[in-house]
Amino acid sequence: MIPRFTAPLLPELVLSIGGTILMLLAAFTGRRGATLVSWLAVLLLLGATVALIGPPSHAGPVFDGMVSADLFASFGKAIMFPAAAVAIIAAHGWFERGTEHASEYSVLIVFAAAGMSVMVSATSLVALYVGLELNSLAGYVLAAYRRSDERSAEAGLKYFVLGALASGILLYGISLLYGFTGTMTFTGIAAAFARGTPSLGLLFGLVFVLAGLAFKASAVPFHMWTPDVYEGAPTPVTTFFASAPKVAAVLLATRLCVEGLGPATDAWRQIVIFAALASIFLGAIAAYGQTNIKRLLAYSSINNVGFAMIGLAAGGARGASSVLFYMAVYVVMTLGAFLCVLWMRDEEGRPVESIVSLSGLAQTRPRFAAAFAIFMFSLAGIPPLFGFWPKLVVFNAAVASGYVALAVAGILGTVIGAYYYLKIVKVMYMDEPAAPYARVREPVQGLLILVAAILVSPLGYLLIGPLGSLTDKAAGSLF
Amino acid sequence: MIATIAFYLFATLTIAPALAVVFARNPVHSVLWLILAFFNAAGLMLLVGAEFIAMLLVIVYVGAVAVLFLFVVMMLDIDFASLRRGFSANLPFGIIIALVLLGEIIVAVSAWKVGPTLSNHAIPAAAQPNIVALGQLLYSRYLFAFEIAGLLLLVAMIGAIVLTHRSRGDLRTPKVSKQIRRRPGEAIRMLDPGVGEGMKL
Repeated sequence: MIPRFTAPLLPELVLSIGGTILMLLAAFTGRRGATLVSWLAVLLLLGATVALIGPPSHAGPVFDGMVSADLFASFGKAIMFPAAAVAIIAAHGWFERGTEHASEYSVLIVFAAAGMSVMVSATSLVALYVGLELNSLAGYVLAAYRRSDERSAEAGLKYFVLGALASGILLYGISLLYGFTGTMTFTGIAAAFARGTPSLGLLFGLVFVLAGLAFKASAVPFHMWTPDVYEGAPTPVTTFFASAPKVAAVLLATRLCVEGLGPATDAWRQIVIFAALASIFLGAIAAYGQTNIKRLLAYSSINNVGFAMIGLAAGGARGASSVLFYMAVYVVMTLGAFLCVLWMRDEEGRPVESIVSLSGLAQTRPRFAAAFAIFMFSLAGIPPLFGFWPKLVVFNAAVASGYVALAVAGILGTVIGAYYYLKIVKVMYMDEPAAPYARVREPVQGLLILVAAILVSPLGYLLIGPLGSLTDKAAGSLF
Repeated sequence: MIATIAFYLFATLTIAPALAVVFARNPVHSVLWLILAFFNAAGLMLLVGAEFIAMLLVIVYVGAVAVLFLFVVMMLDIDFASLRRGFSANLPFGIIIALVLLGEIIVAVSAWKVGPTLSNHAIPAAAQPNIVALGQLLYSRYLFAFEIAGLLLLVAMIGAIVLTHRSRGDLRTPKVSKQIRRRPGEAIRMLDPGVGEGMKL
């Protein structure tokens, strides 16, 4: 007999059972099996993406409203699983030298993906917390993956200590919400908030929970860990951190704000607006003096989360839809940019991270420079490229809800942020050539860079129709 | 009657080892006394019908926390003589803390019947033992969270191995199959040395 929750939870089942089998395979084959395990993990993640079709996208609440199998969750998973697969492919040729546990990397990413998948479909505080911790715990280990490298170990420790603090804050908020509402489900909490002016305890719970989630999404003022961890972690791991878990955290915050805290919109909106503007401006201004490309992209990710939160602050189905649209395009741009960073290697094949080393890349490696420039222009939101459109969608949603000043401030932030993206383009195209990079022989990664570059090029505008209607439908499933 | 005797037995055996924890000169003995105190506290929990908490005490406190303490105490080279040296200097402060704790205990004990607590009422008899009730909830409504928590522990295990395990060249791990395949003929040689000759190897 097959239990009735099997069909709606198929992607999670595929990931957790498949991940366990891969773990055994990794344990018994050791370093020899690293390539096999990593490709199987990619297949598993793609299989889980295919498994989203059908009941996992519209079955509704499962386990008495513990999780919900709806289109909103499926949309998030359809972005996150392939992004996690790209992070596995990004590690090819990275961990083989000098790392003993090369194959466990893929296993940890698969489990992290399972955690993210629980996060985006969570409709109860219990599921929210276990999903978040499953993802974070795998993240702590991944950040410290190169344990012989001091920076990686430091990144792992920093991430772990601050992450534990954030979990504590989140749990405190959860216990307050539970204590003052008597329920763990989002719908129950919404009903409690709808009963009149929320009590002080409820408000405290709301603030603490949002603070914990802001840490996971690295929104200001809980962003301090981001540059250090992104810089110290191995680049494939940073690729992962900047893409999928960020989507999971933003989507989780969106669902919680809309489904669980909907009647308290006035209470959380000011927090979200503050976090959004602070993230945009801090991300844009603090990136100025950076000389390390990974640190720079870390600030870029803080900046981008701010824009997504403008959509959340706008509220309503349109705001939620703009968040989904923004995160989908953001993931493609960020993955592309980080895949380019992965290819920055010196003559002996060691990774290089300084921005100066990009000087004159257009003369030594014109196609590589062109791809990198496309991602930078797109992240800056310069019109002919696709990165412009999600920003427009987000600002439109804010204006439609009457937050014109917020949209104007956001546009101002875009202009300030454009400086450092354009600075990289300037370094690549106008400076004297530095020592050329070694050629990386990874055809699959090259193909992924090409696909990402085409998606964010003006050709991406062809996607506006289908992607827009999909995000509208997905956001509609929340209301 | 028997319950009262059991209560006083467990209570005495909780408090006496607790005192011994403080007064033992050897920290390893302290930890062992602590384990005894935990066991008897678990017995007290059983008497009030909280068998789940009793099991948690044994499994979590005795099984994990106390054993961890024991490891720490035995592994770390702490000079307890130097720790004790500041005893008289810190005595006034220690006495103040002890008095505060004593005051709290007195307040707690005297407030024990003030509010609408359970003390005036008999605890309603549960329809089923609380372990059964917890188990039924855990494997039905909270099955999902329970399983994800299991995955969480699995990830913690993988993480610990990935971050700390390394194959070292200087380890001599036993080769089990080779050991099993060994026959008596290869391992034993029968000798019959003459008197006063000893044997040659």
